[in-house]
Amino acid sequence: MTDLLEANELTRHYQVRSGRGPFAGKATLRAVDGVSLRIERGRTLGLVGESGCGKSTTGKLVLGLIEPTAGTVRYAGAGMPPINTAAWRTLRRHLQMVYQDPLGALDRRLPIGVQIMEPLAIHGTATPDERGERARTIMDAVGLQAHHFDRYPHELSGGQRQRVVLARALITEPDLLVCDEPISALDVSIQAQVVNLLLDLQDRLGVAYLFISHDLKVVRQVCHDVAVMYLGRIVEQGDAGHLFAEPAHPYTRALVSAIPVPVSKGSPRRERLLLSGDPPSPIDIPLGCAFHTRCPFSTAQCRAETPVLRPHGDGRLVACHRVDEPALRTAA
Amino acid sequence: MIDPLVEIAGLTVDFEKDGHASRVVAGIDLAVAPGEALGIVGESGSGKSVTWLAALGLLPTQARVGGSVRIAGQELIGAPMRTLENVRGRRIAMIFQDPSSCLNPVHRIGWQLVEALKLHRGLDGNAANAEALRLLDQVGIADARRRLEDYPHQLSGGLNQRVMIAMALAGQPDLLIADEPTTALDATIQAQILALLGRIRRDTGMALVLISHDLGVVAENVDRVAVMYAGRLVEEALGQDLFEAPRHPYTQGLLAALPALTGPRRRLAAIPGTVPEPGKVPAGCAFAPRCPLAEPRCLHEPPPVQPVGFLHRATCHLQVEAGFSAWALPRAAE
Repeated sequence: MTDLLEANELTRHYQVRSGRGPFAGKATLRAVDGVSLRIERGRTLGLVGESGCGKSTTGKLVLGLIEPTAGTVRYAGAGMPPINTAAWRTLRRHLQMVYQDPLGALDRRLPIGVQIMEPLAIHGTATPDERGERARTIMDAVGLQAHHFDRYPHELSGGQRQRVVLARALITEPDLLVCDEPISALDVSIQAQVVNLLLDLQDRLGVAYLFISHDLKVVRQVCHDVAVMYLGRIVEQGDAGHLFAEPAHPYTRALVSAIPVPVSKGSPRRERLLLSGDPPSPIDIPLGCAFHTRCPFSTAQCRAETPVLRPHGDGRLVACHRVDEPALRTAA
Repeated sequence: MIDPLVEIAGLTVDFEKDGHASRVVAGIDLAVAPGEALGIVGESGSGKSVTWLAALGLLPTQARVGGSVRIAGQELIGAPMRTLENVRGRRIAMIFQDPSSCLNPVHRIGWQLVEALKLHRGLDGNAANAEALRLLDQVGIADARRRLEDYPHQLSGGLNQRVMIAMALAGQPDLLIADEPTTALDATIQAQILALLGRIRRDTGMALVLISHDLGVVAENVDRVAVMYAGRLVEEALGQDLFEAPRHPYTQGLLAALPALTGPRRRLAAIPGTVPEPGKVPAGCAFAPRCPLAEPRCLHEPPPVQPVGFLHRATCHLQVEAGFSAWALPRAAE
């Protein structure tokens, strides 16, 4: 079976000024630097990492919203057509995106029913009557009521707005939904509503998600597989449950140990791995392993050679020179 | 028992708009002991920040504040400007979510720190410079001497928050109010800042009020927790008790809505509906419309504050037993 989506060695570099003033030299910002991932039909891949690690850029590259500097994206076995061609536009019906801020993604001057129907008009796939029918069906599926059809975005709550955005993305019956921090702007009690909704929709519609988030607890709840990014590269990838239970890469270990949990009773003592300093700038990525400046285990080899993703048991991929050393497991 | 450092009694805040007032804080009673770390949790609009802004007289003039806030016996509500200025920064300091918008972008870090030292401690010249250097050192900024010459935009979010903490410490306050201090920061930086706050508290013995929407952040960093909902205090307990045996349906719902990091994956219990808007809060218990246990009286009678354990209070008509969760009922699964 071919994967729904397959990205190979995706790279996106930006040319920026290296300093201030009119005579500053040029520099290359390596936003995404060789990312490969695959998503199967009806599955969810989580993309986690800190701000600036390139996870949102990866999401846009996968959709073809921005063109990669190098690398390819294959959708259902076929290559992604060039941006803004007729073929690309037809394909975009199957690939949709949901952003963090629902109010920013909606038009404040249009009733939400009209906005939910709009993708159908753009793709010219249904008669006006059918559009209204399908909009009501999808609104019901995301938990909006029929009387919401004529409401405006400002009349709805944050959770309802995110439901509108989801309904609009799902009305074209996409196979893949890229969700970029879809619940970060919502309150705790509303987050759970939207998380449950995403899981239900996957069960019923078989849609696959690329779920971009910095919230590891939510990612574990929603995703089958997870890829952890650091400065434009994937440093660890694997099954969500295993990866968070036994993170292998020192960065993942630090990320997992940095999550505060409310109840610790009953669970084993958690590892504490406090990193020093800030992530380096993506303009000036350290040589060798990009993480060596903050890694408590770095050696001369880490400073010189860039580690590649290698299998590390039970389908896990890890990019670290020292991950196989047993002494690292206990030391922190 | 020792006298509280800060004592809030019956605090109310109304915002007036177009002639009618809406109540955003509806009678808060809360005390902070010297050296204590108190966590305040609640969703947006629950009044957790407004409570402390009101206590320090930092709200705009449209806000009407009632009740009483005392620090070491001194009343702050309605106090003259002079009294408040002696309290702000010197006795109670406050840090906020977005550090870069709290620092002045056109002045160097060092200049801003020296200004705070001059104001709160009357230090000048070399003494102020030396103290600024010591403060940056204390908040764990490497290469402090060079950082004094930097502007806020040259520093990362984490470093700016450290500078804000240094500035708050400049007045050697008895109480630091940290309002969502790590919400704008990345996970690994958040862990650094929280560890720093804990260390400073141990070193200086100051009290800390940590305001956050993240139950995890609060659980790991404070002794005692107060949960707020729609401008009211719904539950107050020692941290362990609150997270292991919550007694108010809202607190139970918040905890059940959080995904776990370990153990089997379970479906999250989502609290139905949304937080009521200020001014449209029901007459009885504010949580009644969303509560799976609500009875008719919950909608009409304001709930009493009931002691349910050692230093544990819940504002609920029902005596929910420890270990019983309102969200395990079939009614709540809908």
